[in-house]
Amino acid sequence: MNAREKEQYLREYYVLKGKGKPFFPYTIFKDGAMATLVLVVIIAMTILFGAELGPKADPTTTTYTPRPGWYFFFLFELLRVVKPPALVFIATVGIPTLCLVLLILLPFFDRNPERHPLRRPIATLAGILTIGAMAYLTVEGAVAGSPTEIDMKVSPTLEPGKAVAASSGCLGCHKIGENGNSGPGPPLTKVGARLPKQAIARTLLNPTPPMPSFSRLKQRNPKEFTELVTFLSSLR
Amino acid sequence: MKLLPGPLRRRRGAAAEDGRPAGAPVDGDLRRGNGALVQDREEEAERRRRREAAVEVPISVAAWVDERTGSGPFLRGLLYRKVPPSNWFYTLGSATMFAFLSQAVTGVFLAMYYRPSATEAYTSVQHITNDVFLGQFVRGMHKWGATVMMILIFLHMGRTFFFGAYKYPRELNWIIGVVLLVLTMVMGLTGYLLPFDMRSFWATVVAVNLNSSGPIIGPYLADFLRGGAEFTSVTISRFYAIHMLLVPGLMAALIGAHLYLVIKLGVTAPPWMKAEKARELAKEEI
Ligand code: HEC
Ligand code: HEM
Repeated sequence: MNAREKEQYLREYYVLKGKGKPFFPYTIFKDGAMATLVLVVIIAMTILFGAELGPKADPTTTTYTPRPGWYFFFLFELLRVVKPPALVFIATVGIPTLCLVLLILLPFFDRNPERHPLRRPIATLAGILTIGAMAYLTVEGAVAGSPTEIDMKVSPTLEPGKAVAASSGCLGCHKIGENGNSGPGPPLTKVGARLPKQAIARTLLNPTPPMPSFSRLKQRNPKEFTELVTFLSSLR
Repeated sequence: MKLLPGPLRRRRGAAAEDGRPAGAPVDGDLRRGNGALVQDREEEAERRRRREAAVEVPISVAAWVDERTGSGPFLRGLLYRKVPPSNWFYTLGSATMFAFLSQAVTGVFLAMYYRPSATEAYTSVQHITNDVFLGQFVRGMHKWGATVMMILIFLHMGRTFFFGAYKYPRELNWIIGVVLLVLTMVMGLTGYLLPFDMRSFWATVVAVNLNSSGPIIGPYLADFLRGGAEFTSVTISRFYAIHMLLVPGLMAALIGAHLYLVIKLGVTAPPWMKAEKARELAKEEI
């Protein structure tokens, strides 16, 4: 906006403000009504949904479901969309940081003096698309479960390993056969063909983020760890 | 005595002169004769005076405060300033603030019972949920209040975006708003760990690992959050301090700045509203 547009805006605003009503009691009343509604909604949700507490956190176990609060689903889901490991940091840090910078700088690159949403179609469209994308990612993140079953026929010697894999939350990030989510980790259906047994074990002990390390499983329960690695290396 | 406003002082004196026994007949009782009637009238007037004096009390308290702080003109300006014709979308900001206040109040009560250590966190939350009077209710309100606040802050941001309220002269308020949004998300992240059940623990492990994948500062940030290379009691107390001291303090200060600017600049009028006269004036003068 140039000086003339600024001046014009301020004048127009001055007139509109003069046409308004005093903050007290009109605005206060509306805000108060809204605050009451907010309180009622919070209490209603509390009564309807309660506040459950899951089982106590056990850092030495691996049966967990890594699920963030719903308002982080869209970030978590972004991870699934970006697959190649070399690009993971783009999803984890790159895109959110970029979006944040764009958001902060918005008033500086959108210098159009027009304010009506229909008369600045690009901004309005960008806003709607952003909301749509975030809603889509959030819904996708909400439906993507963290299943704990692997429906795969394996020889009985591999069954224990399969059970460990199923209960260790790998499916939250990997696809194994028909189960699991296709991302953020690569599918493990044929991991045995890709990686030797030693490499799989190494990945489990020293993974690249965001995959958590399973070194505790090895310390606490070396048998289960070996079964898990044996099962994985049998997948070809 | 001097502290009392004028009318009350007068009242006290009158009460002292009035020597009638308590419980005497009050209303116009003809058998008591003319004198009694006059007395009744006086009492009626007295009662009216008292009522008026009671109405005056808040006014004179306000005057007392104003005399000592000089806040009168400021408060008048605050309360009676004109607000352009608005609609219900304009209540989303104050609704967000209300949700924040609700979180602060319920958070204080939770803090009375919560113990931030790896061994005690879970049991203390269990204690809040199962034993403390209304504990589960307050915990539920804090939990669902977070969800509601998150929704409200996004709606409020959407309103200011679509109404073009981030433009001149309110750019700075938009920037403060974005910082508030980030801080609100930090609250969500740090609070999620505190109950220390399975889901919260492992979600936070993954979240912190995500941080560590960032370039350059990522690993340091993750180490800072964890308070070392592993999740320990230090991690919990660190998250707790961030969640209940650092970030809420910052947010309160920033909300103050945000509101100061809202009052100083005034809220926008809805963008479809036009001041025709101003348009013509502006045209004439240029
Ligand atoms: C939080 C999500 C997450 C969880 C949970 C997880 N992983 Fe991963 N995993 C990943 C990501 C992302 C990669 C890719 C990063 C890399 O290249 O190391 C990966 C890589 C791997 C690899 C290497 C694959 C290859 O082709 O290079 C193996 C093997 C693996 N994971 C096994 C497992 C197993 C077994 C489990 C469960 C015990 C598991 N993961 C749990 C995210 C996860
Ligand atoms: C803790 C979070 C926040 C609180 C408590 C808050 C509170 C408020 C309040 C009470 C108003 C007055 C007008 C209204 O209610 O619409 C306002 C205006 C405003 N807010 Fe926020 N806000 C918050 C977050 C944000 C965010 C995330 C943004 C955007 C990034 C933002 C941008 C603005 C702008 C630009 C205005 C001026 C609007 C106008 O003049 O029409 N705020 N805020």
